[in-house]
Amino acid sequence: MIELDGLTKRYGEKVAVNNLTFAVRPGIVTGFLGPNGAGKSTTMRMILGLDRPTAGDVRIDGTHYDGLRDPLTYIGALLDAKAVHGGRNAFNHLLCLAQSNGIPRARVDEVLDTVGLTSVARKKAKGFSLGMGQRLGIAGALLGDPRILMFDEPVNGLDPEGIHWIRNLMKSLAAQGRTVFVSSHLMSEMALTADHLVVIGQGRLLADTSMADFIQQNSRSYVRIRTPQRERLLDVLRGAGVVAVETGGGTLEVDGGKPEHIGELAARHQIVLHELSPQQASLEEAFMRLTAESVEYHAHDTAPPGAPVQDWGGDWKREG
Amino acid sequence: MSTPQPPLTQQPPAPNWQGAPGTSYTSPIPVVRTHLGHAISSEWTKIKSVRSTIWTLGVYIVLLIGLGLLFALIAASTDMSLEGESPLSLGLFGLMLGSVCLITLGVLSTASEYGTGMIRTTMTACPSRGRVLAAKSIVYFGLAFTVTLVTTAFVGFAQVAILEGNGAANPTGEEWFKATVGVSLFLSLFGLLSLLMGSLIRHSAGAITIMLGVFLAPLVIAIFMFSESLRNVQEFLLNYSIPSQLGVFYNAELGSSGPSGWDPLWIMLALTGAAFVGAYALLEQRDV
Repeated sequence: MIELDGLTKRYGEKVAVNNLTFAVRPGIVTGFLGPNGAGKSTTMRMILGLDRPTAGDVRIDGTHYDGLRDPLTYIGALLDAKAVHGGRNAFNHLLCLAQSNGIPRARVDEVLDTVGLTSVARKKAKGFSLGMGQRLGIAGALLGDPRILMFDEPVNGLDPEGIHWIRNLMKSLAAQGRTVFVSSHLMSEMALTADHLVVIGQGRLLADTSMADFIQQNSRSYVRIRTPQRERLLDVLRGAGVVAVETGGGTLEVDGGKPEHIGELAARHQIVLHELSPQQASLEEAFMRLTAESVEYHAHDTAPPGAPVQDWGGDWKREG
Repeated sequence: MSTPQPPLTQQPPAPNWQGAPGTSYTSPIPVVRTHLGHAISSEWTKIKSVRSTIWTLGVYIVLLIGLGLLFALIAASTDMSLEGESPLSLGLFGLMLGSVCLITLGVLSTASEYGTGMIRTTMTACPSRGRVLAAKSIVYFGLAFTVTLVTTAFVGFAQVAILEGNGAANPTGEEWFKATVGVSLFLSLFGLLSLLMGSLIRHSAGAITIMLGVFLAPLVIAIFMFSESLRNVQEFLLNYSIPSQLGVFYNAELGSSGPSGWDPLWIMLALTGAAFVGAYALLEQRDV
């Protein structure tokens, strides 16, 4: 259980985290979502007592982080896969962490095995790929077998197999009754792992909702229609009580309509259809809409105004 | 330490929150109340598991033994009469050069954690920042002191044996004590000052440069002070530069007005103590 209460962090004039209040509960995976620069990492650093909040409070099971005597057995965190001395090998890196918390030496081998780094345990961390670095960071987080786990962008740099592995790991950790708090800027990634969502933008809380609710509210399904006899079809649809919206490029959209129903209507009135397709707005788009005003680093949109943005989610993914 | 979970009924109700609110996970790993000893064993693992420690201490030992024996052998082969001088003072030059290794090791043991980002992992594992700084200081001081003591004692015995026939005086007990335990304490404290400088500056190259400046600048500046009006300043810089303070342990003072006896150790102790307080205060205040 992590509780944030009015957590605020200011760097001079700039407000990185603005009055955040929410709780991360055990037994589920909570996704922490926001565009780059939204304040996710700063929030996580404050949870871990690395950065001092300007205002507000954050508690781990009711205690401030620096009040924990053996913090690694309470909360394990992967903040930055590169937060490792490159000259030290994986085993010694984990050993020094274990020793500082009185964790038995045998745990080091256990977690190395869990993350699949046993064969490179005696290799220096600076020779590790980004994916191996992430695995080492996750090993460090699991070292104390903590009841709370926090991962900052854990799938960064992982290959598809690694991504699959971390998804299952997070789910199984939560299923054991642990609190799992994971940040990401990929809505699509969160949709697959998280049960609960906390969305922030420019340091402010935008949403604190269950994943199911978020999907229900934001995944709009509609039917897209293209026809050379647009006016006629509109009349027919209107006559049948179906509301169609004209969108750019000569297409019509019917919110929540059934393609079977529309197709039969068109056939009955002998209207030619060039396209009749059910569509689903992606969660990525919903997330983009939610955070649109708060994106800190806008890329310049080169597409002409009014043209449909084809690959929003794709753009987003490439940024990571 | 085990803080009881607040009962779930007292939590603010979450809208549509799904998932099992049941029992929280309990680890089979025994819960340990950690103390400074845990931090020390962690720092000991850290310092011995990086190559830079082996390199700096290796070069340090080679310089101390190599130069100490070289000067003794030169003195023996040239039939130089030491006229009752203690042969131990021939070890001084090796220590002056070797200090640079202790500076580097000291700075690296703190500043390299900032350079690599390891410090965030360290502070997450041990949120008591003062404990981390204390553990680093203890481990570094212990290591530097032990290595210096063993090496200076070995070099001292070798020098006395080599120069036995050259009319050198047999060192007194006090001379032995100052040339081994005395210089070891002094140089380990100086290295500790470098470690604290690394923590203050958080940048390896910057902190090493500053410490080299502290080590060499007073002597170099004093050499170029030709003006008569600056005579007092020049004398002060000469007397209180680190190399001449080191010489005091061998009764090789540059002037009569400077520190004598055990003064250099007390001066260094005060300096290091002040640096520790400063480093601790900043560490507590700054974001990692």
